[in-house]
Amino acid sequence: MLEIYEGALKVNEILAKWYEEYKDKNYGAFINFIGIVRDENGIEGLSFDIYEPLLKNWFQKWIERAKEENAVVLMAHSKGDVFLHQSSYVSAVLSPKRKVALRLINEFVEDFKASAPIWKYDLKDGKRIYAEDRSLILPNSGILSMDE
Amino acid sequence: MVKVEFLGPIGREPMEVNINNLKELKDIFKDDEKLQEWLKISAVAVNDELVNSSDVSLKEGDRVSILPPVCGG
Repeated sequence: MLEIYEGALKVNEILAKWYEEYKDKNYGAFINFIGIVRDENGIEGLSFDIYEPLLKNWFQKWIERAKEENAVVLMAHSKGDVFLHQSSYVSAVLSPKRKVALRLINEFVEDFKASAPIWKYDLKDGKRIYAEDRSLILPNSGILSMDE
Repeated sequence: MVKVEFLGPIGREPMEVNINNLKELKDIFKDDEKLQEWLKISAVAVNDELVNSSDVSLKEGDRVSILPPVCGG
């Protein structure tokens, strides 16, 4: 399940909904990760752009990968502005036993950081500034550059 | 026509071009210095699938997306 929301996530509602949906499906472990916007570098918050078609394709591959281990991946992300101490990202893995979910949540979040087509901006002094220094170059980048 | 869209912080309007492959698109962009800075660090998707070289044919109605470095979460 992939959910995109405008602005900050209502974390309690999202996790409660997921829990209610899966609690009687015989998964013994439900591990979640919640990203909270930190007060650092004088920012007022963060802002996000998402390219949803590619995000859906990426997430679909994760659904299939998790299914091979009888696990389920869930994710919610914000687009637009999210302010300090609000949340922009919640993900979760359910599996019959804890070890698979604990491993997969780590692998999922790492791959999310490296691959998900989402762009982050700092909100600072009324401006929206691309977080270039924290962004990761996707594989096979540069193929349309004259340097290639 | 092939639609080209520039995602995230590149901040350009989409364009439509009459091309048969990605190499022709590369040629169209070759003198655009500002865009070249983005292209050096950007990945490319055709119809929402990332591609690994510019040796890709295109047909009428295809969509090319330019993806600069990402940072979700």
